[in-house]
Amino acid sequence: MGLHRAALTARSRLALAVVAAPPLVFLLAFFVWPVASIVATGLFPSGRFAGGAFRRAVEGGLPGVAWFTLWQAAASTVLTLLVALPGAYVFARYDFPGKRLLRALFAVPFVLPTVVVGTAFLALIGPGGLLGIRLDGTIWAILAAHVFFNVAVVLRTVGGLWSHLDPRLEEAARLLGASRGQVFTRVTLPLLRPALAAAASLVFLFTFTSFGTVLLLGGPGLATLEVEIYRHTTALFDLPLAAVLALVQMAGVTAVLLAYSRYQERRAVEQALRPAIEVARRPGTPAERALVGGTVAGTALLLLGPPAVLVARSLNTGEGWGLGYYRALGRPGRAGALLVDPLRAVGNSVSFALVATAVALVVGLLAAVVIAYHRGRASRWFDTLLMLPLGTSAVTIGFGFLLALDAPVDLRSSWLLIPLAHALVAVPFVVRAVVPVMRAVRTRLREAAAVLGAPPRRVWREVDLPLVSRAAAAGAGFAAAVSLGEFGATAFIARPDTPTLPLAVFRFLGQPGRLNFGRAMAMSVILMVVTAAAVALIDRLRPPGLEEF
Amino acid sequence: MRRLVVPFVVLLTAAGALTTACGGDSAPAGTVRLLTHDSFFISDDARAAFTAATGLRLEVRRAGDAGSMVNQAVLTAGNPVADVLYGVDTTFLSRSLDADLFLPYQSPLLAGLYPGLAADPQHRVTPVDFGDVCLNYDKAAFATIPSPQTLADLADPAYRGLLVVQDPSTSSPGLAFLLATIATFGEEGPYTWKNYWADLRANDVRVAAGWEEAYYGAFSGGAGEGDRPIVVSYASSPPAEVIYADPPVGEAPTAVVTDGCFRQVEFAGILRGTRNESAARALLDFLLSERFQEEVPLTMFVFPALASVELPPEFVAHTRVPTAPLTMDPARIEANRDRWIAEWASIVLR
Repeated sequence: MGLHRAALTARSRLALAVVAAPPLVFLLAFFVWPVASIVATGLFPSGRFAGGAFRRAVEGGLPGVAWFTLWQAAASTVLTLLVALPGAYVFARYDFPGKRLLRALFAVPFVLPTVVVGTAFLALIGPGGLLGIRLDGTIWAILAAHVFFNVAVVLRTVGGLWSHLDPRLEEAARLLGASRGQVFTRVTLPLLRPALAAAASLVFLFTFTSFGTVLLLGGPGLATLEVEIYRHTTALFDLPLAAVLALVQMAGVTAVLLAYSRYQERRAVEQALRPAIEVARRPGTPAERALVGGTVAGTALLLLGPPAVLVARSLNTGEGWGLGYYRALGRPGRAGALLVDPLRAVGNSVSFALVATAVALVVGLLAAVVIAYHRGRASRWFDTLLMLPLGTSAVTIGFGFLLALDAPVDLRSSWLLIPLAHALVAVPFVVRAVVPVMRAVRTRLREAAAVLGAPPRRVWREVDLPLVSRAAAAGAGFAAAVSLGEFGATAFIARPDTPTLPLAVFRFLGQPGRLNFGRAMAMSVILMVVTAAAVALIDRLRPPGLEEF
Repeated sequence: MRRLVVPFVVLLTAAGALTTACGGDSAPAGTVRLLTHDSFFISDDARAAFTAATGLRLEVRRAGDAGSMVNQAVLTAGNPVADVLYGVDTTFLSRSLDADLFLPYQSPLLAGLYPGLAADPQHRVTPVDFGDVCLNYDKAAFATIPSPQTLADLADPAYRGLLVVQDPSTSSPGLAFLLATIATFGEEGPYTWKNYWADLRANDVRVAAGWEEAYYGAFSGGAGEGDRPIVVSYASSPPAEVIYADPPVGEAPTAVVTDGCFRQVEFAGILRGTRNESAARALLDFLLSERFQEEVPLTMFVFPALASVELPPEFVAHTRVPTAPLTMDPARIEANRDRWIAEWASIVLR
């Protein structure tokens, strides 16, 4: 890439600045400024530096909490990768009936509200659980739930690149006498590294800031930094301590991210990507069929088990199996009013998802261009900054909005904050999906086009864009899913009366009565269906002709 | 690259236009904004009645649970995101008063409220409703052994492994129950609240993060998913079990232990810095009016502060308002809350 940097003229520097500006402004306005405001408020109560908070944090068990946060995230990430890789392989290399549907369905766990999944998990591994083992209150329950929530991240991020790897490389290695294991470790794995690292970084961030899962399944004895920040901000209102915890959380995340992006730059491999349609084929031999069938069944069992419990509960009414709970969603209560209008909740969620996805796509693509084509320290920091919202406490961001966004326009209780908060979390998914592909596009391809006389813009449009679009679509699917399921920062924003699907689930779950529980389950199933539909739709929305690029 | 920049600019412009149109500081003069917690509910009819009576449109802003809402209000003291705050309860009252959140207002409707609910002689906050945090039990589980009658019963080995409570650092009823045990057993003497919790721990008490997890995940009497027949919930939960039963039932499947109930009064106040104090007063009066008060039992499952409101028949038939609920001075709660929670955690969790 040295050649590339040498070619960086004053004009291209200007172009870079223009491209980098919108994502930078977005991050500064909706992340850096709010988070700085809340941390400063915590550390400088009434203008004096609260240095004692650091000592109190250490005495209050911060090192233990930080260590637990770190290792459970690392363990969750490794486990998620191990569980997801066979699925990613099968999805990339084989065609089988129902592949598209399953791909969309597998995104569902990612968006389910933790409380809802938590109850489903408890039904499987809790007291009297269906699986006959009791894991609740242990680290195993947390790890299992983290794997469940995040397998989709690996399937999509790694699967995206895997489906374009040229199988001829592996075939050549086989012909030269390499065993299957050698081919995997020496050929496939190195080629997949960028996507593996990208997926791992996302899963790590998600589990590092895990909140609901830890509260729910770990029991009150186990706490992550995120849980402690929540406690100290909302219940104890100890903002100095919360600020210290938030700083520790962000410092940890930053360190991991910087290491990641250094690694990513060194490891990026340029390769000839192949169209997915050429790579995937129908399983031929009985062994291949068994492999595909077994992997798909195993993944489906893990990912669709808890949702199946929810579906069963939503249909298991007091009067036998039926749609009673769904019909009751729109039925006014005894006070003659709807607790929440299910159709409005769907409408709100879909609208927010559209805005959030659009913002995340624009910001994420511009940022990806900067990161992929311009290397160096500035670019690494930029990348880290983009990812940081994913590794920052939702409480910190939510309360930061409240402090920071009152001027010049008072956005503090505007509905716009909801999709913007969603976009903040969604941007890293777009970036992570797109950058590895952008880097993998062969410079030679681009140079050939240039030599043939194509102006740079045309090269980008005809060589990079088609490849990038596909990755962007995958990122957009995630962005939409993130927005549909988000229940972090938005829970702490003084939001206007616009209930989303997860909020509607909580509205029902917040009152006693079997009917309310049933309706919460029905609402969760609707959330699953909307998500699967959105992801399937975006998967299909790829520009025409891209399959064969 | 221009292909991407242009849509972004268009999007930002559109976003700006929408913001000006829908949100932020541009609320029309005929609008009054209510900051509240996630459990708040008002029917469309009541909303329309408010607008018909005052000409004002009501905008509701929910900001998480009660603790999160109060803290947000404290952080924006003097520059609030709403005109009226509703839902600060006994446990967080002192924090909001210390932060000087509210403007005093003496509603003409105060005289009609139950005596003893008001907590601030300067009328910076006005009681709107109250609820009692009580132990609930699954009647079916106590067919052969007697149901618990007092808090002390739960320390009896006969009730081992039956109770689920909420973590007071993450749950409002959990905190209320902790306060109930402190009010009952005291901080001094041979058997304090700490001894009591040590006994509960020895009796295998389970701790859940929040009300939903305890009631729907661990309690056997709610949706029937759990295995614990005693839970910390509300005096109003049994009527809710009847109203939201499936299939309809004639009798509540759960009942309340009337000993050791902790009363939480919910207050409303006019936020200092409101842009429209007269509209804020009109909203506060409305919260105390019969129209709003008569629906709170069925929408939020709390008891109305207005004495003249009749309770719905389900409430009369299936629960009792505890006659002598426990209470605690909000200033004492504020002074000790954090220490109590930390001590509780070291007894029960470590």
